[in-house]
Amino acid sequence: MISQSEITETIRMIESEKLDIRTITLGISLRDCADSDGAVARRKIYDKITYCAKNLVRVGDEISIEYGIPIINKRIAVTPISIVAEPSGDENYVAFAQVIDQAAQAVGVNFIGGFTALVHKGFTKGDMRLMASIPEALATTERVCSSVNLATTKSGINMDAVKHMGEIIKETAFLTREKDSLGCAKLMVLTNAVEDNPFMAGAFHGPGEAECSINIGISGPGAVKAALEKVKGADFDTVAECVKKVAFKITRLGQLVAYEASKRLRVPFGIVDVSLAPTPAIGDSVARILEEMGLESFGAPGSTAALALLNDAVKKGGIMASSHVGGLSGAFIPVSEDEGIIAAVEKGALNIEKLEAMTCVCSVGLDMIAIAGDTSPETISAIIADEAAIGIINNKTTAVRIIPVWGKKVGEWAEFGGLLGRAPIMEVSKFSSRNFIQRGGRIPAPITSLKN
Amino acid sequence: MKAIVTVIGKDKVGIIAQVSTVLAENMVNILDISQTILQDYFTMIMLVDLSNMSISFSELHRRLEEKGETIGVQIKIQREEVFKAMHKI
Repeated sequence: MISQSEITETIRMIESEKLDIRTITLGISLRDCADSDGAVARRKIYDKITYCAKNLVRVGDEISIEYGIPIINKRIAVTPISIVAEPSGDENYVAFAQVIDQAAQAVGVNFIGGFTALVHKGFTKGDMRLMASIPEALATTERVCSSVNLATTKSGINMDAVKHMGEIIKETAFLTREKDSLGCAKLMVLTNAVEDNPFMAGAFHGPGEAECSINIGISGPGAVKAALEKVKGADFDTVAECVKKVAFKITRLGQLVAYEASKRLRVPFGIVDVSLAPTPAIGDSVARILEEMGLESFGAPGSTAALALLNDAVKKGGIMASSHVGGLSGAFIPVSEDEGIIAAVEKGALNIEKLEAMTCVCSVGLDMIAIAGDTSPETISAIIADEAAIGIINNKTTAVRIIPVWGKKVGEWAEFGGLLGRAPIMEVSKFSSRNFIQRGGRIPAPITSLKN
Repeated sequence: MKAIVTVIGKDKVGIIAQVSTVLAENMVNILDISQTILQDYFTMIMLVDLSNMSISFSELHRRLEEKGETIGVQIKIQREEVFKAMHKI
């Protein structure tokens, strides 16, 4: 029998350390929904999503009750709409975003990802139309998440796409200006995007995926911090061991939930994403883990090293606990979604440049960062280019989810609500990158990509 | 199917009786039971067998929660696998 201390440990991790399963994400291929008539394609899309996902929320809730583990989100990721909509010949894909939004609402999920284009090497007609539709799509839907992959280690950086995305982010910010430019919080610009990521806003069901799959995102920064509180002052060998043990336990829960969800939904299990995903709630912060390691504030010198250790130890602990680890698998540092990171910005301990450095050693990138509404599109593009460069050279996923909050300036706050949280407007460099971004073209694939 | 019932709260007369009544009424068999009292705080852990349970898991979960509210303790029921997954390789 399981010992009393093990039982109380599990209950404590769930009750007071906010351990949870962050998301069950059902990936659905929509490739068979393509049609030369856009209206027919959209009907097929609606029917397929609502059929495949009809039991998702109910099964998620059942598992949550039976195992006593909160499952925070049930979500859907679909085939990039740029691929599915392309044969229709429609010039504008906003109606496709609206139909997946309606399908998501019908099955009761809070986000659906896949209003996506994969343009790392170049654009097809469908890619161009999808990208042009992003601002209006995000302004007229509630649940749709959009992403654009514009660089990979194998193909380099599509600098034309980088330039476009600066403009698209600005336009999305304008169209959703009544809600602090909320649309940009649902738009992710990716490098080396993975096909089985369960976390929004960058989730989509990749072209190499099966018909349907279940991917699980775990969480548990609070549990890691609580474990580190017990080894105060110990050396880093002990810290790393301690994180690994907690990560193992957390991932085993994820694997259990994945297995059950897969069985009950009759959908193959894809991966468990071993990530530490924070929320704005107190006690659910990645920043506070770094502070527990001995930093006065998240962002202080040493933060990159601390995050590197954390990220690596979480993976090492998680890898043995699941039969398939995938997705992003790394600690997230989304500014507005982490109470400790917000506090660090507020007291002046953290700036965008330090965050950029930290993205070299963790997943995913510059995430949920609010900047002044008058930031130029070229500056935003240049920030994207820097992140893409980190991604392609280091052979890792990076992302930019940046919100130029319309009408707001440094020192003011943006309120996004719910899990998306709130963020202070951060300062960006005032020096121009205009002529750099205007060049366009492609930054060639790095030498590290030539492994054959 | 086996589950773990945990009861945590301020100690008082009849907690075990009240919880086991709910279980007995619904054909849930108690396989093992342990309890400790630490500074007035009562913790009880039961291993129960749900194979002949006369109601659904979610209904049993609801009834135990209701009973907990009535007597002023926290009652949880979770399938045993969750603890095994976390603590056994």
